[in-house]
Amino acid sequence: MGTYILKRILAIIPIFLLVTLLTFGMINLSPVDPAEAYLVASHIQPTDELLAQKRQEFGLDQPLLTQYVNTIVSISQFDFGKSYITNKPVWEEVSSRMPATIQLTFGSLLIAIVVSIPLGFLAGIKKNSAIDHFSRILSFIGASIPSFWLGYLFIFFFSVKLDLFPVEGIGTWKHLVLPSLTLALPLIALYTRLLRASVLENLQEPYILFARTRGIQEKAIMGKHVLKIAISPMITGLGMNLGKLMTGTIIVEAVFSWPGFGRYFIEAIFNRDVPVIQCYVLLAAAIFIFSNLIIDLLQMYIDPRISRKGRQHQ
Amino acid sequence: MSLLQVNRVNHSYNSKRFFKWKDQMNKALSDISFSIEEGKCVGLLGTSGAGKSTLGKVILGIQRPQQGQILFQGHDIYNADKRTRQMLRRDLQVVFQDSYSAVNPRMTAERIISEPLENYEKLTVGERRKTVISLLERVDLSEKDLKKYPHQFSGGQLQRINIARAISLKPKLIVLDESVSSVDMVTQSLILDLLKGLKEDFGLSYLFITHDIKAAFSISDTIGVLEKGELIQMYDSKDQFFSSKHPVVMQMKDSILAEHPRFRSIFN
Repeated sequence: MGTYILKRILAIIPIFLLVTLLTFGMINLSPVDPAEAYLVASHIQPTDELLAQKRQEFGLDQPLLTQYVNTIVSISQFDFGKSYITNKPVWEEVSSRMPATIQLTFGSLLIAIVVSIPLGFLAGIKKNSAIDHFSRILSFIGASIPSFWLGYLFIFFFSVKLDLFPVEGIGTWKHLVLPSLTLALPLIALYTRLLRASVLENLQEPYILFARTRGIQEKAIMGKHVLKIAISPMITGLGMNLGKLMTGTIIVEAVFSWPGFGRYFIEAIFNRDVPVIQCYVLLAAAIFIFSNLIIDLLQMYIDPRISRKGRQHQ
Repeated sequence: MSLLQVNRVNHSYNSKRFFKWKDQMNKALSDISFSIEEGKCVGLLGTSGAGKSTLGKVILGIQRPQQGQILFQGHDIYNADKRTRQMLRRDLQVVFQDSYSAVNPRMTAERIISEPLENYEKLTVGERRKTVISLLERVDLSEKDLKKYPHQFSGGQLQRINIARAISLKPKLIVLDESVSSVDMVTQSLILDLLKGLKEDFGLSYLFITHDIKAAFSISDTIGVLEKGELIQMYDSKDQFFSSKHPVVMQMKDSILAEHPRFRSIFN
């Protein structure tokens, strides 16, 4: 197990190299010159002289290979450079925004898990009952409503009309409820369906019928045989969404003026702020890799056959 | 009073067609009656589609017959209240043909065997483990196998685990539904010996459902022949069976291969 985890963590290094190379290449292929973008963003009329000066300052006048090697070297020392636009260290800006994003991510995941596990499970074991129909409608709605509209609906009802939660900003748990809910609804829709489908599939397994035949109580059958196994596709989905949530909450952040790093990164993309983009891509890669690792370990714990296969390959 | 009494059981499967008037009723069991005494083994012999498995399901309480009664220890299993049924299920255990699909692939042998104990008896963890180990040893496996998962066992070993699980509650009757049909000859005779030993030790009764004439005779006290859902005849001994002139029995006898190839004939 230990060697397996170590291997997975070491595999991050080549992935990071590839990711930096790809982003670096793509930024250089784009027709926009970061120096020019900087000048435009600072409302300075770009002249040839100023452009040359800025290029030199950013190190853009050097050969591409030198630029790339310099980037790698400084990143390996955990130095993501300074933003071209604000001239502040990138990592400082990102890490100051990180707690807000993490809060939002885990808030919405928590809501999604707490709602969809009982709902999906009940919908599965009581197929075509009222609760199954309810879950179907909820999933349909959740999957179809765009989050920017849903966010404003929530604000209108819960903040403006009912005055239950604050309209925007960050602070108490009350601030967290509406944005998390907005992010959670599509997840609830997805997980409820996933769980329902796999519960139904598991109920078809012969050993479930046989367990009933042997007189095992329904409660034990549901808990030990059905739910524990049915939950595994949902965990996979969770892992994939963790990365998405961490890196893609921009719309909800905008609606609720949530000070996470989504907006910071989007602005960086508009401004061709290369160091910030570089940092964003690496961060996203790291989040995806780690959440996948955690999910794989969880899956191994739930299904011992997976870890067997893993060991055989080593 | 017999341990198990099957009274005039009728069952047919409705195969639904697209047009309702074309619906067909396929008779799976017609008017079947027999009984199993305590400590005895009744074999049910039949070709594929003769209704053996349906009868097994009916007796196990998972397929309510359209007509007829199953009395187990004097209780009608389909009309008993929940508590009685739970009690009856304890004494009526089962071992199926496919050992792999009968167990949860994500449980260790220990958890598989201890599941009925957890369900019916309040034992401490230590007591339960001791019971499981003694059960494993009884079916010729060992303590080493406690932590193994189903995919790490061979078919014969896993079938022994299923047997250990079935005997863990010291039931009165075990339904063996083609339990030895999917293992090789050597394993089959080992498992049959094991089953005979268990029958002696615990005073078990078996309902041995099979298509294998030799296996049926090696363990059963009485043998019933099923054909097209009908119980043709019950035979109390091998001689009775082999001297029978019933066409179905004749056909079955012809299908047995002689021990030595010299006595086998293809055209006769």
